[in-house]
Amino acid sequence: MSTITTIKDKAQQLGAATQDALQPVRAAALAAFDQLGVPAVKHEEWKYTRISQLFNQPYQLGVDHSNADAAWQAFRLPEYETANELVFINGVYNAAASTVRSAGLVVLPLEEAAKGEYAQIVSKHLGHSGKYLKDGINALNASFLVGAVFIGVNRSTEIEHPVYIYNITDGRAGNVFAQPRTLVHVAANAGVVLVETYGSIGVADHFTNQVMEVVVEQDARVEYYKVQNDSNRSSLVSTTHFRQVGKSYVHAVTISLNGAMVRNNLNMVMEAEHCDSNMFGLYFTSDSCHVDNHTIVDNAKPHCLSNEYYKGILDGSSTGVFNGKIFVQQDAQKINAFQSNKNILLSDNANVYTKPQLEIFADDVKCSHGCTVGRLDEEGLFYLRSRGVTEASAKSLLLHAFAVDILDQIRHDALRFYVDQLISERLGA
Amino acid sequence: MLQIKDLHAGIEGKEILKGINLTIRPGEVHAIMGPNGSGKSTLASVLAGREDYEVTGGSVEFLGKDLLELAPEARAGEGLFLAFQYPVEIPGLSTINFMKTAVNEVRKYRGQEALDAAEFLKLMKEKMSLVNIDKNLLTRSLNEGFSGGEKKRNEVFQMAMLEPKLAILDETDSGLDIDAIRIAAAGVNAIRSKENATLVITHYQRLLDYIVPDFVHVLYNGRIVKSGGKELALELEETGYSFLKNEMNIA
Repeated sequence: MSTITTIKDKAQQLGAATQDALQPVRAAALAAFDQLGVPAVKHEEWKYTRISQLFNQPYQLGVDHSNADAAWQAFRLPEYETANELVFINGVYNAAASTVRSAGLVVLPLEEAAKGEYAQIVSKHLGHSGKYLKDGINALNASFLVGAVFIGVNRSTEIEHPVYIYNITDGRAGNVFAQPRTLVHVAANAGVVLVETYGSIGVADHFTNQVMEVVVEQDARVEYYKVQNDSNRSSLVSTTHFRQVGKSYVHAVTISLNGAMVRNNLNMVMEAEHCDSNMFGLYFTSDSCHVDNHTIVDNAKPHCLSNEYYKGILDGSSTGVFNGKIFVQQDAQKINAFQSNKNILLSDNANVYTKPQLEIFADDVKCSHGCTVGRLDEEGLFYLRSRGVTEASAKSLLLHAFAVDILDQIRHDALRFYVDQLISERLGA
Repeated sequence: MLQIKDLHAGIEGKEILKGINLTIRPGEVHAIMGPNGSGKSTLASVLAGREDYEVTGGSVEFLGKDLLELAPEARAGEGLFLAFQYPVEIPGLSTINFMKTAVNEVRKYRGQEALDAAEFLKLMKEKMSLVNIDKNLLTRSLNEGFSGGEKKRNEVFQMAMLEPKLAILDETDSGLDIDAIRIAAAGVNAIRSKENATLVITHYQRLLDYIVPDFVHVLYNGRIVKSGGKELALELEETGYSFLKNEMNIA
């Protein structure tokens, strides 16, 4: 039996076993997956990222990890002692390992949130990413919804400590396929810092298909950081979908340092006037690592600002993909949308595919885009070497300097130091 | 200290230096003057080890070593410093962080212990006051958005930090107003000593009012065609380089 058939069967079993409020969503998603299948390279959005190959082998599915040991703790982020920590193991939220400290932060199983006071929010927003990502992989995640979580930030609350979300896969019993799912609701005038990271336990093939949807209400502020530094046998499709339903502010930084095949979808849907959003990214790849960043900015209303800046350093035979789509709908006059992607290739075998994609239907807007692909600046290298810096050190200084304006966008100090350290170690500095 | 013998060099198959001979001893200040295209900056580049240039003949000995065999960083380690005509802007790297790496790598090359943070700070403060540079400039990205004067002052500061035995100033005066020239020159003079030497490459005489040379050489068409004392510079200022061309044509 093929892996895909096994996965579908499992989804069906889950559906039969759990008659909860999410069942209609699962059923619809499974039907969508049936129809769409796994995206092939002929799908324009998946042209360079051959995800189908990840379905050529069997995986463990739906293993109970409620008694997980402490192995996940190796992936803890700095200052975790004071942070809120949400732990997913093999896609399933593990309440015992998690800690919710901050007042005003609500964490509930998604199926519970779907029937309580958050029922309307869940029914209105869960699955909204599927309207933008019309592919089977997004539907596949929604067809499971096991151990999914609702995260609520109460009105007018500034969550003091960051919310760390660990997406852990435990492959000690074999290859594993995990599908974490979260729906985040940041109520009016609230503020929160969300940090997602990934970690693999055990020597096996790990495949995570993760979706987070974030609803941002009027005057709310969200800082969002995604740090990926997983193993060479860990593949990831990570979707983060922001829906700015009121005038609000989102600041997102995506850092990709390792993994087998990594696909990030970052969507910014600006449904209110005067929304403001930043999307920054850094990918630093080597060996055969593949990192694909697909972003969508959808301007539905006037007077919004989006600022997007991704940088890449590609070594070995690694591949980088950047695809930045900006929609400006007819009513979205007077918006500003900026986009830039810069890449440095360190090796003849490294590849980068970069594509801006602007679809503008309004006539009074300001949009800019640009991309560069180059090598390390020879003149800069000679300048540093002429001051006694060895060639290797000069390269690492220049690469660090290239990365630093993205690093500086990590406003959470401990996290920035941590990421800076990871990069410096890679540079041998 | 430096002995250049019959140096031939060029770029992309085109010969620019056609047999340079020059000897510099400790404590001396030499000036090389010449019209545009005479090979002044090529000479500086070849001495510092810029890879675009190909040496086709001759030799350069620096403190008993074959300079042309050494990588650019090793030349700096041996005590050679080139102040760039156009210092490179490097966004994201502060002068301080750059110098921390450079000073310690040069020290390592020279077999000295690395400076710790406190020692480095002390050295930096000392050199900052010596060359009269503001700390704010040093915490900013290297040369990014600096004025012409600030860039050159930063070059002089780096020179002071690395304590070279031979400093080559490549058109340090280009693009500077007279005040900026005076400040840069004062910095250079502050770090001069009996043990180290300076090679000033310039198009105009005015820098030499502030960094007074012991010897002036005129470079023309890839060769040193005339050498003399500091009065030669004044003579050139008076007559321009056109007389040279006439002289050469006659010869």
